[in-house]
Order: sequence, then structure tokens, then C-alpha cells
Amino acid sequence: MREAQLRTLVRPAVLKTTRGRLVYWSLFAIAIILFTVAFIIPLYWMVTGGLKSSPELARNPPTYIPEEFHPSNYSDTWNRLELARYFGNTVVLIGGAWLLGLAIQLPAAYALSKLRPRFGKIVLGMMLVTLMVPATALLIPTYLTVTDVPVLGLNLINNPAAVWLPAAANAFNIYVLKNFFDQIPDELLDAARIDGAGAFTTMWRIILPLSRPIIAVVSILSISALWRDFLWPMVVLPDPAKQPITVYLQRIADTTSLNMLIAGMVLASIPLVVVFLIFQRHILAGLTAGSLKG
Amino acid sequence: MASPETRRRLGENVTAYGFLCAALVVFSLFAWYPAIRNIILSFQEVNFVRGSSWVGFDNFSYIFDDPLFATAWRNSAIFTLYALVLGFGVPFVTALLINEFRHARAYFRVLVYLPVMLPPVVVALMWRWFYQPDGGLINEILGTVGLPTSDWTNSSSTALISLVIVSTWANMGTATLIYLAALQTIPGELYEAAELEGAGIWRRIWHVTIPQTRFVILMLLLLQVVATMQVFTEPFVMTGGGPQDSTVTVMLLIYRYAFVYNNFGAASAMSLLLLLVLAVFSAAYLRVTRSQQT
Repeated sequence: MREAQLRTLVRPAVLKTTRGRLVYWSLFAIAIILFTVAFIIPLYWMVTGGLKSSPELARNPPTYIPEEFHPSNYSDTWNRLELARYFGNTVVLIGGAWLLGLAIQLPAAYALSKLRPRFGKIVLGMMLVTLMVPATALLIPTYLTVTDVPVLGLNLINNPAAVWLPAAANAFNIYVLKNFFDQIPDELLDAARIDGAGAFTTMWRIILPLSRPIIAVVSILSISALWRDFLWPMVVLPDPAKQPITVYLQRIADTTSLNMLIAGMVLASIPLVVVFLIFQRHILAGLTAGSLKG
Repeated sequence: MASPETRRRLGENVTAYGFLCAALVVFSLFAWYPAIRNIILSFQEVNFVRGSSWVGFDNFSYIFDDPLFATAWRNSAIFTLYALVLGFGVPFVTALLINEFRHARAYFRVLVYLPVMLPPVVVALMWRWFYQPDGGLINEILGTVGLPTSDWTNSSSTALISLVIVSTWANMGTATLIYLAALQTIPGELYEAAELEGAGIWRRIWHVTIPQTRFVILMLLLLQVVATMQVFTEPFVMTGGGPQDSTVTVMLLIYRYAFVYNNFGAASAMSLLLLLVLAVFSAAYLRVTRSQQT
């Protein structure tokens, strides 16, 4: 990552002096050590903890390097805790919520941005008001709504739709997408209309291909929010067989041997960490760009 | 008779609302309706068998009489305060440091963001294990470098701050990267001008860095208050509200009212109070971000 060097707090000339160099390198060394201790050691402790035997884990003082390596502990955990099933549940919940969310939010943002119906401003305003009321604080009425959906009279408890539908009501995503669509010139759409394209074809053929970057940003934000959510899936999916891996790990935490629990925690963390390490540039760029532009 | 022009407008509106209808349905069911229903539920006794009945302010007098009411609000407020100090100070100083370094910047950036990729449940379970007084990783590290150890989550005087440390560790990556992006937008001439005036490093931070990043700081602080007032996962997983109720938060109490005592009316009354508090901060946040968008 080479960046153009900007003038920062410290005068560049100072860094050329002996004393300046000394201060710089000592601070740098301290920072490297502190960061490594704070962020690498906990992860190292988890991964090696999953390799230790139960008696070794219980030892005080603990061992920094496992005396005996038990890699089979990971495969045993995978099979005995049936992690494949819970990973499957997680993929169904997050994947479904992500796809349904986009299928609902993209047309809505397109309509508000380009079709500009009557009362469109009021609709957008009412959507944005929901941002002032965090979903967690509305846990109780939303839960009661899911147990008995008005008009339809459905009970969605233990149904993936209980996670998918509330997640689709995401005003932030609609707002971000609409802002992006606003910057696409109307002339492009007029040209398509003259060629006889309807509203849907225009969205599908012109708007969406141009919006890939913003769709990627919205997707990353949605998926990581879903991945982090715990209270809502725990409440609406009481059936153990339906739960995502995070709810499951919390449920078995007190009844499972420590080395298995730790191995399970490591396995549950791997997918997103690997994705992050591969795409870290895009993710970090998207994160800061989205936040500073508002 | 409707003119062709009116008919065309009508057709356009029908199309636009066709694109909006799915969004309107999910917002109605899972955002707007629950927000209104929360107010109604606060004045009702919720009974799944006999149906609900109006009980006036009974729910409110019930929660005011609960000795845990004051405890929960106090704990959430202290948690928020600690999290503001730690959650602002640590990421800001970290960003300042990284911004001065000329080496290994990508390493720092990836490391600090790594914990954000772990599910909060895994983070909480992991730290519950690290915090063990005997043979836990934290006391082990502190003991090795000769610092005093602590009982962490096992003592009512340190449990709350222990949770704040976990939440700062897990979430500081986002704030650090946003501050870092903000620092890189500060024009170098400002620092040079301050130098000509004879300002030392601390006065440069105070008179240039902080005013230049004021908006981002304020935005993140408000967001953080909204997030930490709803804190649930850490106390639920790590301490269950103990020891001696020292980590019972507002959200934890709402959860208990609803899903442990089956008192949805009391839970809604408590949620309503939380919503009012959060709405004030959310409104402030929206004003800040609006004023910035020129």
C-alpha cells in the first residue's frame, strides 16, 4: 500500500535529525509490539487453545506453546457439534436476507430516484425516520408482530423469514442507493425510453450495471450487520435445529468441554476473517468512503 | 374525461408504486407498525390467551418499583460514559499514530480491523475465558510484565469496565479507520502555518487536528452513544448481569421482562423510555450529518 506522502503533524525535516529518528523508531517499535499483543495474541491463544487437550487447557500457569498438538480436535468438533448444519443455517439466514433485501431495496431506491412518484418525498422521509429508532430497541413489538403477522395471520417463529423480512426494511440502504442513482444522468434513461424500454428494463439494463460498486458496498454492510446480530435470531429461532452458528455456540457454551467450544469458535470465525484478508483493500476503502460522504 | 396527460401521469405513478410496493409492505409490517405498537403495548397487559387489556400506567409503576430499574439505567449510562472515553480516546490516538508512521501502515490497519470481523458472541465467549482470574490470558500477560492483576468480570467493582474493554477492543477498528481517513484530508499547509506561529506538537493537535476533524468526531461519538445504550450481547454472554447486578443493562432488563418473566407490557414500557433517550441522540446525529452536507 504506497500512498502519496502527505504533510502530517510532524515536520518532515525533524525525521531527518538523529533525535527525530530515534523517537520515531522507538515509538514505531512500541506500536508494533502493542498492536501485536493486542490483536494477534488473542487470536493465537484461541487457535492454539483449540489444539490443546482438556487437561492442558485447565493448567495454571497456561502453556504458551501446546505441549501436544491435537489437530484432530478440530475435525472431532466439526463432526460432534454438527457444525456443518449450523453453518448451513447461517448461510440460509444471511444469504436469504441479503438477496431479499436487495430485491426489495433496489427497485424502491430506483422508483424514488428516477420514477419520482407523487408523495415520493414523504415516503422517503417516513423511511428515514425509522433510522432514529434502532431495531434493537423495538425488539418487543417486532417480536410480537413476527409471532402473528397482521393481515396475513402468519406465525413466523422458527422460520427463516423472521430474519429475512425485518432485515429488508433497511432505510439506510435505500438512502445510499437512491443517492447513487441520483447521480446517473437522466439523458441515459430518456435514450432508453425512446428505444421503447419500459421502467423495469431501464433499471435492469442501465441502472444496475452502472451501480455495481455501490451494490457491493451495501452488500458488505448488510452481510456484516447480519453476521454480527445475535439477539434477534436468538429470540425468533428458539428451535435449536434452526439456529445460526453464533446462537448455537452461546447455547452450548456451558455444557461443552472448553477445548471443543474454543475449536468451534475458531471454526465459526474463519469464513469472514478469510474473506476480509482477501478483500481487505476493497472493504476498508468502501468503509471509509461510505462513512465520510455520509 | 381525463386528458391523456393526466392518464400518463397516473400510469407513471402506478408503475413507480409497483416498484415501491414490496418496500412499503416490509416497512409497514416491521418498522412503522412496531414503532406505533410499542406505545400501545406500554399501556397494555399482554396476554396471548385471553387477548390484551388496557391497564393505564400500571406497567410504568411496575418498572419504577423494580429495584433493578435504577441499576440498569445507571449501568448503561456508566457503560456509555466509559465507552465514550475509551472508545473515543483509544481509536483517535491510534489513528494519529498510524498517520505519522511511514512504515507498515497496512499491517496496523488490517490488525485493528480484524476483531470487527469476529461475531460478537465469539468475542464475548473468548474474553470470558481470557478474563479467568487464575490462568487466564490477561492476568498471565499482566503478571509476566509485572503489572497488577485483577478479578475482572468476577468482581462487581470491575465487571462493567471489563465489558467496556472488550467492546472497545472489538469495535475500535471502525472508528480508527474513519479517523484515519479524516486525518488524511487535513491540508498540510495548516500544520506549516501553525509551525510558523511557533506552535509545538500538542498545540498543533489542539488547534489544527481536532478542529479539522470535529465533524467526524462528533458524528462517531453520537453513533457510539446510540450503540452502547443498547448494549446486550457482552453482559448477556459474559456475566449474565452479575456479579451482584453490576452489569445489568437496560436492554438486558427488557429481555428479562419479556422472555424470562413473560411480562411484555413491562418490557414495552422500558423500551419506550429507551427509545425516547435514543431518539434524542439520533436526532442530534441526523442534524450534524445534514448540516455537513452542503
